[in-house]
Amino acid sequence: MTAVLDAAPGTGAVVARGRRARARRRRAVLLVLVLAVVVVAVVALCVGERTYAPTQVLRVLLGEQVPGASFNVGVLRAPRVLTGVLVGLAFGMGGVVFQTMLRNPLASPDIIGVSAGSSAAAVVAITMFGLSGAALSLVAVVAGLGVAGAIYALSWRSGVQGARLVLIGIAVGAMLDSVIGYAMTRAGIYDANEALRWLTGSLNSAFWLGVGPLAAALALLLPALLLLARRLPALQLGDDAAAGLGVSPDRSRLALLLVAVAAIAVATAATGPIAFVAFLSGPIAHRLLRGTGTLLVPAALVGALLVLTADLVGQHLLVHRFPVGVVTGVLGAPYLLWLLARTNRSGGSL
Amino acid sequence: MTDPVHTLAVEGITVGYDDRVVVHDMTLEIAPGAVTAIVGANGCGKSTLLRAMARLLRARTGRVLLDGTPIDAMPSREVATVLGLLPQAPVCPEGIAVADLVGRGRYPHQGWFRRWTAQDDAVVEQALVATDILDLADRPVDELSGGQRQRVWIAMALAQQTDVLLLDEPTTFLDVAHQVDVLDLLVDLNRDRGTTIVMVLHDLNLAARYADQLVALTDGRLYAQGDPSDVVTEQMVRDVFGMAARVVPDPVSGTPLVLPMGRHRTGRGAQRTDDAGATVPPVELPAAQPVP
Ligand SMILES: Nc1ncnc2c1ncn2[C@@H]1O[C@H](COP(=O)(O)OP(=O)(O)O)[C@@H](O)[C@H]1O
Ligand SMILES: [Mg+2]
Repeated sequence: MTAVLDAAPGTGAVVARGRRARARRRRAVLLVLVLAVVVVAVVALCVGERTYAPTQVLRVLLGEQVPGASFNVGVLRAPRVLTGVLVGLAFGMGGVVFQTMLRNPLASPDIIGVSAGSSAAAVVAITMFGLSGAALSLVAVVAGLGVAGAIYALSWRSGVQGARLVLIGIAVGAMLDSVIGYAMTRAGIYDANEALRWLTGSLNSAFWLGVGPLAAALALLLPALLLLARRLPALQLGDDAAAGLGVSPDRSRLALLLVAVAAIAVATAATGPIAFVAFLSGPIAHRLLRGTGTLLVPAALVGALLVLTADLVGQHLLVHRFPVGVVTGVLGAPYLLWLLARTNRSGGSL
Repeated sequence: MTDPVHTLAVEGITVGYDDRVVVHDMTLEIAPGAVTAIVGANGCGKSTLLRAMARLLRARTGRVLLDGTPIDAMPSREVATVLGLLPQAPVCPEGIAVADLVGRGRYPHQGWFRRWTAQDDAVVEQALVATDILDLADRPVDELSGGQRQRVWIAMALAQQTDVLLLDEPTTFLDVAHQVDVLDLLVDLNRDRGTTIVMVLHDLNLAARYADQLVALTDGRLYAQGDPSDVVTEQMVRDVFGMAARVVPDPVSGTPLVLPMGRHRTGRGAQRTDDAGATVPPVELPAAQPVP
């Protein structure tokens, strides 16, 4: 071990080779994910009460008037698919930021009550104050931030520890779910479908009117999140190591938290908290891309894929129509149980 | 290194957690270009002092000076290019490759827009060569042994290319051969690159052997600082660790060697220190071998 310090300088060739191999693997998986999202989106546009050929769908998308298809695809399905992609990206990216930052797979915004905060505020705003559009999004964002801040403050004991934050977050989430339930009972005009939207999430009320503001907000928030996430690799090594690398742990976490909550809340205001998408996307992306870099983009793509696929399944493959959140809920619940069981066995830390 | 040697000093700092003060009004100058070991009983504030020096904790009074400038007034990233820290329990991300983890040491050298360069590859590779783990470059860190893992973390600190390196118990959890290995590596770094090393060490004997300067703490206060032969005495071991001991010259290195005396299994040698504390010639030992 001695004497090598001044011998063989190390040109970087060995390191570069390994790094390039991992980058290639990453690019390949990302490409497959993008293709999968595109394919499922096209299928979702084609399939329905009336099924159209991809060529017809393409003509509609290019702005041609196609009898029937222009309405079914252009007016009904396209905004639904686009909304699904957008919220999927937001849930996936926001969720994995939480999980990475707090170093705990359970610390996802839909488990620890952040989504429930946005959801509860949105339900109250709609049923009691009749809000909609940008004002509704704003209320959801503010409530999400407020709840995240409250959970953060409640679990603060000279620093934030992931496991404590998760427990407090789950309790806060349960409380907020009952707020949603109460608000729903006050609003007789809302049908069960609408209730499900706010409890588990649904794309049934995704129209062109909402796509614009959602896209605009996310076009701002997701790049901001990607930029801030450059500190995540340092933060992942623990607070002390991060500080040693020149990253202030508390300030970075706060900035990441603010932007991630905003993205999640904007998406929640559009579709309700689509169950477990934020929670599942990160771990799935991790499985696919293990050890090849940050998970933000892959988790976002997995999120979009999950939402689109689950909605397709819920709409067409089951005996009854189910909102997308019911399907993702069925997917996510067993994983949650497994994770909780494993956590319990290993003594509480993940 | 051709860079000027950096200086690190603490001036009357008081540091603590919540309402509890752990380090009291401490003043200390770290010898530039030397290896300094911080020793003391469990919980006496060694890690806290180190964390304050790395501006992980803000001092309530006093200040930490890096090259004469208060460290709180410097941009974090700038500090991180001069002062590196290997904490006691860093977290290893699941599935990460050795070279990628070591590459995280390059963070302070990358701006918002500067991407990874061939220069970064070279620095990482040199750090892997220096720690003798180049053959592990593409292995996941989770699959390595404790000793190999510790080298990965040290390689990460090397890749940060700082002239001052703080390490909190870099040898804990390692068997004795790997402990010596890591300490040799740090001395290499000190000799070859002039890196100032400050480390918290558990083992008083290894600290006395490997450090140029010893800093002994008791209850968050400075007890003594200086050459190990001056600092490590039977009185010092009693005051700092609350334990009776004999101190003899280390037959291998000539530095002080502490022989603890518990209640059991102490024989002739132990009784002879009890009277008047006169220096007692060491028990006969084989002649010291020069270390290659
Ligand atoms: N994060 C913390 N919060 C509160 N108290 C702490 C924290 N870290 C250390 N302490 C306390 O400060 C004292 C000194 O700790 P430390 O500096 O880690 O000691 P050493 O490294 O010398 O063993 C101990 O009593 C310990 O309990
Ligand atoms: Mg310690």
